[in-house]
Amino acid sequence: MGFSGTGDVPGDNHHADRFIPVSLDWGEQDVAAAVETSLSITEAGGELRVGIAGPLTVEAAARLDRQFRQAVKASPRQVVIDAAEVTALDSAGAWVLRRTSEAFSGRGIDVRLDGLQSEFEALLEKAFIPDPDVPTDEDRPNPLIVITARAGKAMFDMAHVGRDLFGFFGLTIVSLLALLTGRTKLRFVALVSQLEYVGLNAVGIVALLCFLVGVVLAYMGSLQLERFGAAILTVNLVGVSVLREIGVLLTAIIVAGRSGSAFTAQIGTMKVNQEVDALETLGLSPVDVLVIPRLIALFIALPILVFIGDIAGLAGGAMISVLTLDLTIQQFLTQLRGAVDFWDFGTGMLKAPVFAYVIAVVGCHQGLKVSGSAESVGFRTTKAVVESIFIVIVLDALFAVFFAEIGI
Amino acid sequence: MAAMTDESFSGDVASQPAIRLRGIRNAFGTQVVHDQLDLDVRRGEVLGVVGGSGTGKSVLLRTIIGLQIPAAGEIELLGERIEAGRGEMPTRKLQGRFGMMFQDGALFSSLTVAQNIMAPMRERGGIPKLLMRELALLKINMVGLPPNAADKFPSQLSGGMRKRASLARALALDPQVVFLDEPTAGLDPIGASNFDMLIRDLQSSLNLTVVMVTHDLDSLVAICDRIAVLLDKQVTVGTMQELVANPHPWIQEYFHGPRARAAFETPGLKG
Repeated sequence: MGFSGTGDVPGDNHHADRFIPVSLDWGEQDVAAAVETSLSITEAGGELRVGIAGPLTVEAAARLDRQFRQAVKASPRQVVIDAAEVTALDSAGAWVLRRTSEAFSGRGIDVRLDGLQSEFEALLEKAFIPDPDVPTDEDRPNPLIVITARAGKAMFDMAHVGRDLFGFFGLTIVSLLALLTGRTKLRFVALVSQLEYVGLNAVGIVALLCFLVGVVLAYMGSLQLERFGAAILTVNLVGVSVLREIGVLLTAIIVAGRSGSAFTAQIGTMKVNQEVDALETLGLSPVDVLVIPRLIALFIALPILVFIGDIAGLAGGAMISVLTLDLTIQQFLTQLRGAVDFWDFGTGMLKAPVFAYVIAVVGCHQGLKVSGSAESVGFRTTKAVVESIFIVIVLDALFAVFFAEIGI
Repeated sequence: MAAMTDESFSGDVASQPAIRLRGIRNAFGTQVVHDQLDLDVRRGEVLGVVGGSGTGKSVLLRTIIGLQIPAAGEIELLGERIEAGRGEMPTRKLQGRFGMMFQDGALFSSLTVAQNIMAPMRERGGIPKLLMRELALLKINMVGLPPNAADKFPSQLSGGMRKRASLARALALDPQVVFLDEPTAGLDPIGASNFDMLIRDLQSSLNLTVVMVTHDLDSLVAICDRIAVLLDKQVTVGTMQELVANPHPWIQEYFHGPRARAAFETPGLKG
């Protein structure tokens, strides 16, 4: 034997002599794994000797990995891997042995593996990776290219989302027309249950939030307007902004977060469980069964919720006016009647069904796009909320311009 | 070899059972699943676990690996005693010497196959990144997946490939004992028999002890050394020949039903 396992390895060539004892504390019960593993690399007369003693398992492989990688950088004439004192071998150890030996043989250097116990040979045979050119985590491409590619991909994705959504929008129109012409039947029970969920159950939160926003608006407005001695105009501020914008926008955002996300999660979970596929094999259209009742329910519920939100917002404004501006309710109402006309209320209410349609279509569309995994449901739900709020706000801006142009 | 001071090691380590269960009792409410259950799993054997629905096959596996705490009894895993009946659990270190393949794979859906296999290695710590990646690719090759499966997500794989990926993850840290919960369920006969061969092959080259719950009679015949039948809240263990001769009516029905006969008649296999 050229060297002893844990003994000192003499070496006149100081940089070729590396001796690394490794102690293991993995699995005390395993006597074989409790002894030290040592690696010695010596070079003499063009022959590199790699001696391994002790158990060559994942623990040892992990600790000695760097030394093994360092060792293969040498270019000797001949390599001898002395594995006679390897007492245990697992697949990690076998891989390191094989990788080391192939790194030399791949460069045309003669490699000899000495003394490996025959019981380990089957494992060594198994330890290989067929295609070492598979890109590793380390091979990251140029970050600039990655960013550019990502931006480009995002643009394409956005265009695809737009196209898909438009297509789905068309599909719901076709389904609605089929419903109107009596070719399909309205699922009344589903509609009522959705109405309860998206309408009735949302009344409390919508009313409360709109009331609070009305309070804040009136309070902040009165503080500013008082400086001009125009505190009474607080009523105009609250009236116009709540009826035209705040009521409908706030309600739509609450409903998108509350019901649009629920649509995606419900339909998406059905998709994961293949319930949607089952519907189709029964000859039922998922759009008719799942989407249309939700769409109609929201179409009915959102305008009602907006109306409730409007009232609550005005009530909040009225409360602050009474408390801080010393107005009576009567005076508040008179001022309000002078400040707003029908179209301030009308424009808000006109927007509600449009927003309802957008929220329902986006929510259901994302739900039907769920694929395979549980992770996908979460991802699509987030996407549905973000997308529907985004579209609602963009549409709201377009409406504002449109109404200003036609003068109402 | 290090000096062996502990008395329990003075015997031949290899002849000790890998797993020894004594007096295990599992109950859910008033429903008793296991009572006074004893079981020995020998090192290096493939043990099949069979039993009718609701006899607690999966519960038995979960009890051994510590996912289910039994009401009473003790467990000895690779020579380490666990007073399971008193709520003691196997240590993390001990659990690291076991691999479990769940029925539907239970791969982490947000990670790629390679990352799934690297997950236990990361948890273990101390393994260089590049080596982890290489070992993941090695395991992928060992279980017969193509190299390009490494960077795919579980949802992009077929059912059979997911099972192989799950097996690769179970083997990530070269465990001594591997538990397989219905490894061939849901696979076509060709895929199932390939998977059987894969288990046999890995078992001999990695020197594994395998405990598998299965209903696949072909698997039982082809790769199991012994079979444990869950009956009347206990287990009856024996080789196929011994069990075929067992007079218990359920065993008789199981091993003499039309499906069993078909499995035995496969050429090259002796019943």
